[in-house]
Amino acid sequence: MMEASSLSKILYIDLDNKRYWIKERPELFKEWLGGVGVGIKLLSEECPKNIDPLSGENPIIFAIGYFNGIYPLASKTVALFKSPLTGNLGESHAGGRCGLAIRMAGYGAIVIKGSSDYPIYLVIDENGVKFRDASTLWGMSSTTAVGRILREKEGIPGIRSIMRIGRAGEKMIPYACVITETFRTFGRLGLGAVFGSKKLKAIIISGRDSLKVKDPRGYRNIYDELYNSFIKSGAMKKYHDIGTSMNVTSLNLISSLPVRNLQKTKFEGINELSGEALAEKFLGRRIACAHCPVSCIHVATLRIPYENEPYFYRIKMIPYDYEPIYALGCMLDIRSAEGFLKIMDRVEELGLDAISTGVILAWATECMEKGIITTKETDGLLLKWGDYETYIEAINRIVEMKGEFYEALSKGVEYASSKYGGKDFALSFGGNEMPGYHCGLATHIGFLVGMRHSHLDNAGYDIDQKLNAEGKKPNPKEIAKMIFEEESWRQVLSSLVVCFFSRKVYTPEVISRCFSVIGIDITPSQLKEKGIEILREKYKFKVREGFSFEKLRIPKRILETPTPQGILREEDIREGIMEYKKLLEGK
Amino acid sequence: MVKRISVVDVDLCVGCQLCMFACNRRFAEAGISRAAIFVQSVGGIERGFIIRVCRACKDPPCAKVCPTGAISKREGGGVRIDHKKCIACGNCMKNCLIGAIFWDKSLNKPIVCTYCGYCVNYCPYGVIKLEEI
Ligand code: SF4
Ligand code: SF4
Repeated sequence: MMEASSLSKILYIDLDNKRYWIKERPELFKEWLGGVGVGIKLLSEECPKNIDPLSGENPIIFAIGYFNGIYPLASKTVALFKSPLTGNLGESHAGGRCGLAIRMAGYGAIVIKGSSDYPIYLVIDENGVKFRDASTLWGMSSTTAVGRILREKEGIPGIRSIMRIGRAGEKMIPYACVITETFRTFGRLGLGAVFGSKKLKAIIISGRDSLKVKDPRGYRNIYDELYNSFIKSGAMKKYHDIGTSMNVTSLNLISSLPVRNLQKTKFEGINELSGEALAEKFLGRRIACAHCPVSCIHVATLRIPYENEPYFYRIKMIPYDYEPIYALGCMLDIRSAEGFLKIMDRVEELGLDAISTGVILAWATECMEKGIITTKETDGLLLKWGDYETYIEAINRIVEMKGEFYEALSKGVEYASSKYGGKDFALSFGGNEMPGYHCGLATHIGFLVGMRHSHLDNAGYDIDQKLNAEGKKPNPKEIAKMIFEEESWRQVLSSLVVCFFSRKVYTPEVISRCFSVIGIDITPSQLKEKGIEILREKYKFKVREGFSFEKLRIPKRILETPTPQGILREEDIREGIMEYKKLLEGK
Repeated sequence: MVKRISVVDVDLCVGCQLCMFACNRRFAEAGISRAAIFVQSVGGIERGFIIRVCRACKDPPCAKVCPTGAISKREGGGVRIDHKKCIACGNCMKNCLIGAIFWDKSLNKPIVCTYCGYCVNYCPYGVIKLEEI
């Protein structure tokens, strides 16, 4: 049995030589907490400067933190790598069972280096790693099938996680994701492609350990306190009942929902694609990540008739969340829930990032609308808003890279637009496709300055919504300050590693007490300091790989379509960015 | 007044495994290695979950195969394990049809539900309850 306060084991896996070793590095965890804190240190150590992200030199780091396996909602794993999409810092988080499986197997982090010369999968447990041939699984059309086969083959007890890639990862599409437990994903920034470049098809991790705490009575008390606050919190009900997809209605209401490649912010398909409508007509099951009472994962059931066989149906279980509805629904103006679910299903089976895929298709559709491309480039496909069948075909062609145009799309919207034009409405920030918010100034400053260029970095959209609700005028400098505070604090949460939905409960004071009963002393203000330090480490890596705030491209489209704060001005955005830079650099 | 854990409606289960962590906390430890209840998916998460916990059989098959008499029948149904008598042969585990006997690695001894009901308090969706048999 391990001590809860001793997180120290790092599992190194070398795919070139199919060997592994374990290093004890307790001081690394003591100093950098775990999760993203330890992860960024390991990435900086292991990733040589300026390497090709799709070469064997690119390491994959998985890291968890002290709270995994101990406290509720500490259900996440952080992955760090160099992103093939942006050529810079790659960071992705996922829930499911992997965070707990890693902890219960006794590890704090896993570092995967090199690449295999044939497809393999890894079986990891407390005894180490087994390297298994995955040739049979390579090229399989569905990620769900891969999961089923591995589950049968490796009947492992304990908490078990199966991470895998789909066709998109195998083909190294730079926005391919890694799917875990069928319904959770390491999305954004292309971890799937890095797996693919290493010929790593899947990882199975399992563990079944316990952890001794320093103050048993205190532990049980604080656990109960946490449990009760989660059970009673409004967030719990909100995320459980409708789930994140409730945002479709609320963002549409305040005209902040990007529709048709952000040509507008009001969605005519709202009655079909709102979270309420999906729950009513399609919701089949709610699922939780391990050790989470909220259970926000919503899975739709879709009954699809076979075309040539009357009275034969297939039943599909398709997970949905706000972001995919925005990207694959609203952005493409799909007004049929079935249509959306079918695209979603295809994207999941192939293992693509839903946000990137939707934004790229929306850009391509607008290009066609404007005559920048024609059916000549698309090889006969007429891309039209709302036409989900054509979109599904386009997605298949992207993954198989059929022809020059689809190959360009397969590299992301930044790349495709530098080749074909239409940059002004190519919605990406720092090379990463835009998340689903157009709430105002803080939203976009947040996307631009965020270390991952993701809505989760600093939730600028949340700041806007609060400002807008209070009728306050946004001020770039103040926004930069708030974003900096939020983003640095989130580094602490992602070092523990707790779900962001728990952030109202896990305050600095509460976290400090949670640490104390397991035998680690750290004050609330030390925690906040740590957050800033970790953020600066990430920035250091970004700068090393060529990032600069000055070079950030601001897509014109976000300045054309009004937000609830009116039309945004580029100079305000730039001012916010530069202020953020000052704070980050401590000047 | 003999009690056991019963599954009220398995379709309500979201697979959060909070019950497992609760069972482990009876020993004031985090983790799951000593949990006597286990929740797992059947054929993938999309198909739902099963909950493995002792049903407190009236004539428990596990007790019948214990060579040392370490497993004694509880009056009214169910069993108790006396770890002092147990020689860790694992027969009981193999003979439980629903796999409700688990193995404590650090003790190298079997574990089974003690029908205390602690886990029930942490199931957010009322899937399990403590009932009289
Ligand atoms: S009733 Fe007690 S011993 Fe049995 S599973 Fe629940 S917590 Fe564990
Ligand atoms: S606590 Fe309840 S909902 Fe969660 S896994 Fe156990 S039985 Fe299922």
